[in-house]
Amino acid sequence: MSQNVNHSPSGGLQKLMETNSILLVVAILILVSIGGVVEIVPLFYLKNTIEKVEGVRPYSPLELAGYNIYVREGCYTCHSQMIRPLRDEVERYGHYSLAAESMYDHPHQWGSKRNGPDLARVGGKYSNDWQRDHLRNPRAMVPTSIMPGYPFLAKTLLNAEHITEQMRTLRVVGVPYTDAQIENAHGDIQAQGKLDHPDARALSQRYPNAIINDVSGENGVTEEDALIAYLQHLGVSVDFKLYDDKANIR
Amino acid sequence: MAQTTQILKKMTVSEMSLSAIFIALAFATAFVAIKAYTPVFAFHAALFSLGSLAAVFTIVTYYRSRSIEPTPQVINGRPNYNYGPIKFTAIAALFWGIAGFLVGLYLALELAYPQFNLDLPWTNFGRLRPLHTSAVIFAFGGNVLLACSFYIMQRTSRARIAGVIAPWFVVLGYNFFILIAGTGYLLGVTRGHEYAEPEWYAILWLVIVWVTYLLVYLFTLAKRTEPHIYVANWFFLAFIVTVAVLVLGNNTEIPISLFSSQSVIVWAGVQDAMIQWWYAHNAVGFFLTAGFLGIMYYFIPKRTGRPIYSYRLSIVHFWSLIFLYIWAGPHHLHYTALPDWAQTLGMIFSVVLWMPSWGGMINGVMTLSGAWDKLRTDPVLRMLVVSVAFYGMSTFEGPLMSVKAVNSLSHYTDWGIGHVHSGSLGWVGFVSFGALYCLIPWVWRRQLYSLKLVNWHFWISTIGIVFYISAMWVAGIMQGLMWRAYTPQGFLEYSFVETTEALHPEYLIRAAGGGLFLIGALIMAYNIYRTIASPMIDLADDVALSPLPAE
Repeated sequence: MSQNVNHSPSGGLQKLMETNSILLVVAILILVSIGGVVEIVPLFYLKNTIEKVEGVRPYSPLELAGYNIYVREGCYTCHSQMIRPLRDEVERYGHYSLAAESMYDHPHQWGSKRNGPDLARVGGKYSNDWQRDHLRNPRAMVPTSIMPGYPFLAKTLLNAEHITEQMRTLRVVGVPYTDAQIENAHGDIQAQGKLDHPDARALSQRYPNAIINDVSGENGVTEEDALIAYLQHLGVSVDFKLYDDKANIR
Repeated sequence: MAQTTQILKKMTVSEMSLSAIFIALAFATAFVAIKAYTPVFAFHAALFSLGSLAAVFTIVTYYRSRSIEPTPQVINGRPNYNYGPIKFTAIAALFWGIAGFLVGLYLALELAYPQFNLDLPWTNFGRLRPLHTSAVIFAFGGNVLLACSFYIMQRTSRARIAGVIAPWFVVLGYNFFILIAGTGYLLGVTRGHEYAEPEWYAILWLVIVWVTYLLVYLFTLAKRTEPHIYVANWFFLAFIVTVAVLVLGNNTEIPISLFSSQSVIVWAGVQDAMIQWWYAHNAVGFFLTAGFLGIMYYFIPKRTGRPIYSYRLSIVHFWSLIFLYIWAGPHHLHYTALPDWAQTLGMIFSVVLWMPSWGGMINGVMTLSGAWDKLRTDPVLRMLVVSVAFYGMSTFEGPLMSVKAVNSLSHYTDWGIGHVHSGSLGWVGFVSFGALYCLIPWVWRRQLYSLKLVNWHFWISTIGIVFYISAMWVAGIMQGLMWRAYTPQGFLEYSFVETTEALHPEYLIRAAGGGLFLIGALIMAYNIYRTIASPMIDLADDVALSPLPAE
């Protein structure tokens, strides 16, 4: 086709838009709002997106500090935390992920690419010692792994000075931290970092199923300890023997 | 006479108030730097403080050097276009582009040989990956968009850009944002949202810059002497307005303290995921597509010397594209905990989106009607047209991958990475290179140093892209199939790490492809350097500066 077709400006609404930049901007704003509103707003009301599931609780302070390190190091760029309801995924990783399991993740860590395996249910899959060795040198545990080593985490003492401020802010956006949980945050970090700590019982009352982690460094809790506490908590909150997956189907 | 001139010269209201604001900002951020919780945040606050002082210094220096009369809007009956900010962003785009491609190549090598991670915080994949994505999308792409939009808005309005300080504030402020974001990633400051990693203070700054950008755009359009707003500007306006909406929606966060770089996003879990991919997919749709379509709608007709193929098609293309794109986000969340109806909506709209995308492609390519021979002689035009071909290819691949059955295989694999790169290297990269090869000689009034080198750039980069995307197709489909492979006894056939091992050859080919693309960009940098270093050409000979064919 060598003839260029139709270059005459059209009339009507289009002409109005083309000659008035403010109208054009308003029309753009209206058009681009529709899709987002339809897809996002119902998620704050529908039952299966806001259901509460027995066992899901806010992170303990040490787990939260570990979550911060997980975000900081960009672990989500290689590891997803979202098991799809496909036969192979359920067999490889465990029960498919529920919306409720990430309801306290500000931000979510579902990920989009698996350079490494999904971590949604990695909690309890390996021992603390395995995780430690693997983080320091992944190829010592899995010879052909392409994961970076994180030996520096073991050498860095955890700085959780401002963890209570983060917990308070999380409470503002809907994470149900109690006053007791916030007041005892610094103590709870120490308690979760050591086997047979005197406060261990109080900790496990505040945070059921918190995995006690034996501190590796002599000087106290390291970033590695925090990260492992977080990893060991991933996907262990819900008891799927008791979970009723039909409850929220409409 | 000189003395009276001195007396009459006064600071304008904007010079005075901006100086005052920047002085206040310098003090406020210096205070934050002293009280900051972490050294990184102190470093960033100090950068803000120094940047503010530099801004005051620049404004005062400018005031002292400028003449009393405002810059003329028209000289000899021609609009007195302001090319300064365009020149700055064009060079910044080249710089960030090469930096971003280099980091990408390094990441490719890290995936092939994990020893490249060096086991250090600053060089591990997780921190470098956001640096790569932000450098190529927001730093390279963003500067190309700024340069081209500032050029196109002036030329198609036949008016000098609005504001004196404002355009410079936009380009310098935007690049300052890049600096804060990029150094933040390396030092461990991130929000943990893909393609939206910068923390609250960087975003706060970006919002100010972005609103100024929109105002500069609207005020320039208001000064236009052409009755109609040219189609390229519709796309730029949609890009600016929608990106603002997306950034505000996906950055609804509360800093844990004024003295901390850390913030908590209001959304969590499934809502956060939906909003994140609503944002991220439309960052592709409006930053990397609508904005660059604006570039296409100007530079292809200009370079070909023919008007756009169909004015009517561009109207349909524009309105349907911006309406449909917004819906496509949930296709990033197939089979997740997002409700099925939302996934299905995302899939349907992604497939429908194929139509306006190809409408735009047809409009771009068919503009060459009657001038096809130029493809043979002009490698710059060839680059522009091939970019549109890549656009067509990746906007076919996208809807295909958004179909749930295909997505169950392709998601989480390298097929996604390949898809992104056919769009970003082929479409965004080539249309940017083509536009810069046009724009830089035009604004500097130079002859492009060598078309032969453009030809080399074109072929080396094209081969690089083909290596890259075909390696990723193979890698992605292979890994997806391996994940779901079963033995006859009904067990999973491969462990995860076996599927990683199988990718090694493809990762090497990918790194080679990325390397070729980088070499192409380095050739371009040399070509541009020689172009700018060459003597200025006479305006009268400059065909490119002739006005655009009337719409």
